[in-house]
Amino acid sequence: MIFSLLWTDMLVWGLLCVLILLGWGASRSPQVRQQWHTIFRSSIAMASTIILLFYLFFTLLDSVHLRFAIEPAEGKSEQVQYSEIVSLLDLIFVHNIEGTERTYSAPFSQHEYTKSIVVDANGVTKQEYLPLKHVSNRDESIQTSLIAIMIGLTISMIFVFIHIFWRSKGGFKDTFRLTFQGKTELPWRTAYVTMTLLITLFTWFYMLSFDYHVLGTDKVGGDVLYQSLKSIRTGVLIGILTTLIMLPVAILLGVSAGLFRGWVDDVIQYLYTTLSSIPGVLLIAAGVLSMQVMMNNNPTWFESTLERSDLRLLFLILILGITSWTGLCRLLRAETLKISQMEFVTAAKAFGVGKLTIIKRHIIPNLMHIILISVVLDFSGLVLAEAVLSYVGVGVDPTMHSWGNMINQARLEMARDPMVWWSLFSAFVFMFILVLAANLLSDRVQTVLDPRNKS
Amino acid sequence: MFGYILRRIIYAVPILIGVNLITFMLFFMVNSPEDMARAQLGAKQISPQMIQAWKEQRGYDKPLFINPNAQGVSVVTDTLFMKESLKLFTFNFGISDSNRNIGSDIKERMGPSLAIALPTFMIALITNISLALLLVLFRGSVLDTSMMIVAVMIMSISGLFYIIAGQVLFSKMWHWVPISGYDSGWSGIKFIILPVMIGVFAGIGSGVRWYRSIFLEQINQDYVRTARAKGLSELRVLFGHVLRNGMLPILTGVVVVIPSLFMGSLIMESFFGIPGLGSYTIDAISSQDFGIVKAMVFLGSVLYIVGLILTDISYTLFDPRVKL
Repeated sequence: MIFSLLWTDMLVWGLLCVLILLGWGASRSPQVRQQWHTIFRSSIAMASTIILLFYLFFTLLDSVHLRFAIEPAEGKSEQVQYSEIVSLLDLIFVHNIEGTERTYSAPFSQHEYTKSIVVDANGVTKQEYLPLKHVSNRDESIQTSLIAIMIGLTISMIFVFIHIFWRSKGGFKDTFRLTFQGKTELPWRTAYVTMTLLITLFTWFYMLSFDYHVLGTDKVGGDVLYQSLKSIRTGVLIGILTTLIMLPVAILLGVSAGLFRGWVDDVIQYLYTTLSSIPGVLLIAAGVLSMQVMMNNNPTWFESTLERSDLRLLFLILILGITSWTGLCRLLRAETLKISQMEFVTAAKAFGVGKLTIIKRHIIPNLMHIILISVVLDFSGLVLAEAVLSYVGVGVDPTMHSWGNMINQARLEMARDPMVWWSLFSAFVFMFILVLAANLLSDRVQTVLDPRNKS
Repeated sequence: MFGYILRRIIYAVPILIGVNLITFMLFFMVNSPEDMARAQLGAKQISPQMIQAWKEQRGYDKPLFINPNAQGVSVVTDTLFMKESLKLFTFNFGISDSNRNIGSDIKERMGPSLAIALPTFMIALITNISLALLLVLFRGSVLDTSMMIVAVMIMSISGLFYIIAGQVLFSKMWHWVPISGYDSGWSGIKFIILPVMIGVFAGIGSGVRWYRSIFLEQINQDYVRTARAKGLSELRVLFGHVLRNGMLPILTGVVVVIPSLFMGSLIMESFFGIPGLGSYTIDAISSQDFGIVKAMVFLGSVLYIVGLILTDISYTLFDPRVKL
């Protein structure tokens, strides 16, 4: 077994390390701690964060890619052969990957969606629903559900107890009582309830997925639950990586334009006015088309379809980043202009403090709230944009699992009667929960961090 | 005023050149005119002469940025980039890669695009502002908080959902309107209603929140307190003072998009089968037609810059303090 690191995996884990380091560094400043404390005092923000962490957990689970050694057939070469790349999430859902059906089937259904022509033992041709291959006939769904819910509750309880124990500095009993009366300073009760709900829901679905296709199957018989979970990585990656990749560019250009003025300012202003005057979708489309041709011309860059779609995702993120830094850059430039006129910067200059130190000590900390707000604000927009771009045909690779691709495929089946609704439904619900959580959190971050709301 | 507008138009030229530079680079960095000719002419039986003729007709036979065979200034002027982008500046869009006149195509398709985009824009503007004023009037009440929660939810649902749900409910199940299509004149109204309604509804969440925050920012100002102290009714305060003073930030966001309405909506038009500029662009993207893409990028940038200039002019109309 070897680990294989895709490009986006590297970025995800690298960025996670950077974020943890930054968070650790920032947490030593009492002001920042105070701010985040205020943010999480709202129970809505707490619940949204737990949901976002749940999505992040699946992203990370899906970002560990492995290859297994295949036993060499006898008499063949000694060289070790490796299987396809699979992620940890694939390993958990291996029964769903292998259990593909022939075509559509409704959630919890025992038979296929369409009737097929069968010839029975007497030679009579009939039209009937064929049973699904990978669904158990035993009707034990209620027992399984009960067991699953018990397991889910137990797992969540263990987490809750560990966390209460970790928080309790006085006595475990007191902390426990205060938590469940909702009298703690941060709304931990809400956090525990949200977490318990999510974990129980997941275990329930997971246990049932051995016996049924919980959310049905798609056109080629793939399990919709598995697809929706796989799509989490694509959505989260596009939402997070795009903003984080463009951040350094936006900060560097915005701050230098505001601070150095003169021709630097002119050049940077020209750059972002030009880029932002091109209609966004067209710029993205032109970029993605060029990239596609480039990838077709260089088939040696990747070995498998997975690596190919991964590279395409990386390019898409880069292109989205190029088109989306202009707004933030404009904001940062204006704010830097304002800050650099303030007394404390003039004082620092008069004391002979170097430009770099001024940027580090006075300007960047005062821009932090704009940067943070724009990161959380852009996230939900980018997740939604992925679906639209995949629909136009300039999104992620068609072979990649993404909500946009799911919607796009299911859209063609709208005309059927009864409707094939489950693919669309799952994709929209998974997307809705993520975007709603992100929007609610970004609202809270904005209210707390934006100095205009101080009144 | 006139001098200002002239100056802004002159400023626009380097920006448009930059836009063209980016489009040409993106396309020709990876696509050779050779491949484009092959793709457009079809795979069977193409002679080198046919490719050559196709390239010459569109000016693709020249080098992209620098012509090494030319003398003097024409090293940079006798190139694909110079010839083609100069043509764009006179709004001569030339012919597309698939032999259609882009200029007349655009003229023809502008109408359907506007038929969708203009009503959507107007109705959305009126609904959003009136809803926001209503919420500000009842600020802090149950109505306000519950509507704000609904607004976040509307915002969090993908726009594709509204389109698909609308088509299924109103066209497929209830047969109120046809599922897609277009007709000019009054008979076309039945095709337009659904996309317009969906467009308005999808934007209501973010719109109402935005206008509400603008009005709330005004409502704590001193002049509002004075107006109330004078004994004006809350409604007079809202319409006479808050709305008028909130006009400036609203104009900043609204006027800039008005010219871009001509470009149409990519998603709406392709879902509802409307022969406008949005679906034109999508078709061009999927068939990799560089002629159309470069024309649409140029047109879009011009309209955006026009929007910026209009924003500045509208300031002078609404705020006597602003002088150009």
